[in-house]
Amino acid sequence: MIYALKIAARYLTASKAQTALLVFGVAIGVFIFIFMSALIGGLAEFIMMRTAGDMAHITIQAEVADPALLLLPEERTVLLVQESSSEATAILSDTAAFIPLIEGLPGVIGTSQQINGSGFLTRGAQVTQVSINGLEPGRESVIANLASYMTEGTATLGAGGVLVGKTLAEDMDLRLGQTVRLQSAAGIEVLLTITGIYEMGSGGPDSRQAYVSLATARTLFKMSQGVTRVEIKLADLYAADTLAPRIRALTGLDAKSWTEQAASLLQALEAQAQTGYILKAFALLTIIIGVASALLLSTYRRRPEIGIMRAMGAGRWFVTVVFVSQGALIGLMGGLLGAASGYCVLLAFPSRGNMVAGQNGLPIDIAQGAYGLAIILTTVGAILASILPARAAARLDPVTAIGQ
Amino acid sequence: MSALLEVRDLVKTFGSGEAETRVLRGLNLAMQTGELAALLGPSGSGKSTLLTILGTLMHPTSGSHTMLGADLASASDRALTEFRNLHIGFVFQFHNLLPDFTALENVCFPTAVREGRETAAARARGQELLLRMGLAERIHFPTANLSGGQKQRVAVARALMNSPELVLADEPTGNLDRTSALQVMDLIAEINRDEGTTFLISTHDEKIAALCRRQIFVADGLVTA
Repeated sequence: MIYALKIAARYLTASKAQTALLVFGVAIGVFIFIFMSALIGGLAEFIMMRTAGDMAHITIQAEVADPALLLLPEERTVLLVQESSSEATAILSDTAAFIPLIEGLPGVIGTSQQINGSGFLTRGAQVTQVSINGLEPGRESVIANLASYMTEGTATLGAGGVLVGKTLAEDMDLRLGQTVRLQSAAGIEVLLTITGIYEMGSGGPDSRQAYVSLATARTLFKMSQGVTRVEIKLADLYAADTLAPRIRALTGLDAKSWTEQAASLLQALEAQAQTGYILKAFALLTIIIGVASALLLSTYRRRPEIGIMRAMGAGRWFVTVVFVSQGALIGLMGGLLGAASGYCVLLAFPSRGNMVAGQNGLPIDIAQGAYGLAIILTTVGAILASILPARAAARLDPVTAIGQ
Repeated sequence: MSALLEVRDLVKTFGSGEAETRVLRGLNLAMQTGELAALLGPSGSGKSTLLTILGTLMHPTSGSHTMLGADLASASDRALTEFRNLHIGFVFQFHNLLPDFTALENVCFPTAVREGRETAAARARGQELLLRMGLAERIHFPTANLSGGQKQRVAVARALMNSPELVLADEPTGNLDRTSALQVMDLIAEINRDEGTTFLISTHDEKIAALCRRQIFVADGLVTA
């Protein structure tokens, strides 16, 4: 085995240019594999952080009672149906009882009690319909990391303050410190000062959202107690499907995992991951074909030597090991070179932290380069690729081979 | 001298049907240990085929082939490979060295391939053989840098590496000038005399054949004398 390895290594060093070219080719394949892993993984992470990362992972929404039906007592015919109101009328009243239970669950990193509804933001003659989110002061960034998106002012919600998106601010020519009027769908109007302008990078929140304190929301929606919604943030967003049923069992409330509302996002990420697998498989296939063809050529070129080895008492197994070892060495060297160059190139891209914080550039995650996997798969692939040429070499008739 | 090998009624055919060619037609031959024999005959007489079968690189179509008491005619490829490595050495017309290895590495090959590595003992034996071949200055030379005569002497050293009982040489001097040819034959004769190794040398050169103690003539696939 050691001697077969020595011969394999000698064959590789004897044709330095050819070996270098081959190793370089394999390294390019590995580089593509690593780059695709980092890009697909980083992109998925980026999308998750920018979407699900800013979403509630579990939501408890007050259930709106079904509209009352007026029925004839005997014929059971519906005579009249009350149309459901667009206003948020359902209330979660006993939050003080269940919030500590939820916050005590492992994996829960925060909860946000909210009062949500719709309203109109007015500045002078300009009026824009907005979604109003009433948040607990001090907990503004528990779900969406509002503090990280602020372009002006602060995310802290005080009494009389309102946070608006950058697009909305530009549309209405709003500036920090200006006073605006916010009228809820219930008809209550309050005067508020713009204390912060944020930019999340997505259309809805940036153009049609206004954040106020929970106290202000109570006034706007005439809710002296309770909230309309409780949002829960988890350390691992993929644990939501497991934790939501536990919360339902614990509180008796309708806790919903984010995945129920984001099936299409998950499908898109799955499709993206599948695309990545296909591209990586093609990169591996290219490596295998390259190594196999190069070793077939090498086998053909060394036919007389193979014949001599067989005549000197080398068995078929020995010849097989020589050529398989060549494949393994090429795969290993190409894998290491490709992984090292891939890592160095990926260093030039912004780190995941910077990327999530909004720095421009390709959403590449250097930690998801799958370097070890790339090296192992390449070496195994090169070994598999070399089996066919190695078997062909081992089956050579020594008499015919020596005569060539 | 004791019996080394014997072939009886050896037949070898190539192809089939109308294309069938019978190269050996019931050939009989016996050799004793320590012989220095020349194999003579015109081209196409079956000399190379006989050497190939005696070297266990090819099975005969029919007939018996025994060497050192072992039946080789029907042995498996694996058994023949091991037998060849231990008991038979080859010297080819075009030396057929491994071009990417040094003289010493080439000489050590038959032992290293059996033991799985180049041992110190094998290297010592290889060096000793190369010294005997007059190649003390060329031990670590890549074989590509050696002259034709030097390459053939390396090939002889390699054939002797495992101290085989039989060395088969197919036109070992056919590609050398007269001086180099005589040098190689002198070495073969010396080893045959000193170590009792049996040599069967295929040649067209009657002067080379005259240096051997026995001449075996092959014609039309049969030993004629």
